[in-house]
Amino acid sequence: MEEMINLQVELPDGSRVTLEAPTDMGLSVMEVLKANELEVPAICGGMAICATCHVEVLQSGELPELGDDEAYMLETLPHATATSRLSCQLRVTPALDGLVVRLMPEA
Amino acid sequence: MEKITTDICIVGAGPVGLFAVFEAGLLKMRCHVVDALPVVGGQLAEIYPKKPIYDIPGFPSILAGELVENLMKQIEPFHPSFTLGERVEKLDKQEDGSFIVHTSEGTAIACKVVVIAGGLGSFEPRKPAIASLESYEGKGVTYMVRDPEQFRSKRVVLAGGGDSALDWAIYLAGIAEELTLIHRGSTFRGAPESAEKVLSMAEEGQIKLLLKSTVTDVQGDGKLDAVTVLIDNETEYQIETDYFIPLFGLVPKLGPLEHWDLELEKGAIVVNTLDYSTNIPGVYAIGDINTYPGKLKLILCGFHESALMAQSAYNIIYPDKKFVLKYTTVNGIQELS
Repeated sequence: MEEMINLQVELPDGSRVTLEAPTDMGLSVMEVLKANELEVPAICGGMAICATCHVEVLQSGELPELGDDEAYMLETLPHATATSRLSCQLRVTPALDGLVVRLMPEA
Repeated sequence: MEKITTDICIVGAGPVGLFAVFEAGLLKMRCHVVDALPVVGGQLAEIYPKKPIYDIPGFPSILAGELVENLMKQIEPFHPSFTLGERVEKLDKQEDGSFIVHTSEGTAIACKVVVIAGGLGSFEPRKPAIASLESYEGKGVTYMVRDPEQFRSKRVVLAGGGDSALDWAIYLAGIAEELTLIHRGSTFRGAPESAEKVLSMAEEGQIKLLLKSTVTDVQGDGKLDAVTVLIDNETEYQIETDYFIPLFGLVPKLGPLEHWDLELEKGAIVVNTLDYSTNIPGVYAIGDINTYPGKLKLILCGFHESALMAQSAYNIIYPDKKFVLKYTTVNGIQELS
């Protein structure tokens, strides 16, 4: 059964946009951001190797744990914070409803 | 300096670049393939050789590495030549409309057509956002350790928390007069042995280790002489140094292709879907590196693009001969001598 959740994205100017995302399409947050034409290069397409879909989580319920590839990639980034994630590694599930993220600089 | 002459110079030895050799070969066009990586296969070989791909027509599942092997076999009759481990740097347009492509190692490839099948681009060092950092590049700031001897008896500040930062910190500590490693986190997630070694060397005073710290500024007078470090988000601290080496991994970039006067959109090359030509006549872009309305970054689409590119390139290489679509079932494969 289709279920939609809401995600919020904080833009560089501080404003927030709300996005709707279906939970039954096997999407990642990165794919939702791209589908809404936000400035997310996501060059590698979701393999956790480029970090060009880097976001900072501002508000969330419980998130899936960091995978090894994701943790390692975040470790190498100059500007990651304690709540940084690669949006390509976050699956859109009902638990993500209400997630607020901030887009981070590409490199 | 090596000089090569061919019909088509293909930039990128990923699946799409390799299949372009096939499509060109059917039309009796010779290809030379250049790739910055030392092996063929692009991301398939470098990033996910053991991952299965499920959307190659006719293959319910095929390992990425196997697909590359099969493509190499498929193009064998056309005897492509390769320059691997060299990055393309410069495109020189000749008066007669042909090109010379120059690589990082000085190889020159003379060709009538250039096909860019560069995929993600080439992997370039990720640079931290520090104002004026770039103005010190080559003047104390470097993103790669090429010759460690350069740092002998010098003061060196390294920044980063990945494996290469750890490994170079350990190595350079034995060479440099003073080595400081600056890491944003409070722990290292990299190889545990390297991490432990760095921590023990820090205890013994061989490495100055600053955790929960970031470099926020660089200073100097023409040449770098100090970096500013922010510790724990509150204390600012200046470290005098001869070198600053940020090691934050690699990120795929267009690299030198950015300066080829190609029309770009969000880091991809804009093409005409009629034949995947770029704004420069004789230069085509196929696969993940191009963009057009409706673009899908799929190997499948790159294969299609290479077929259309080849029929258009044919008109440049054989201007006097009319293009006729040939079926391999009718004609087989005619080897190029």
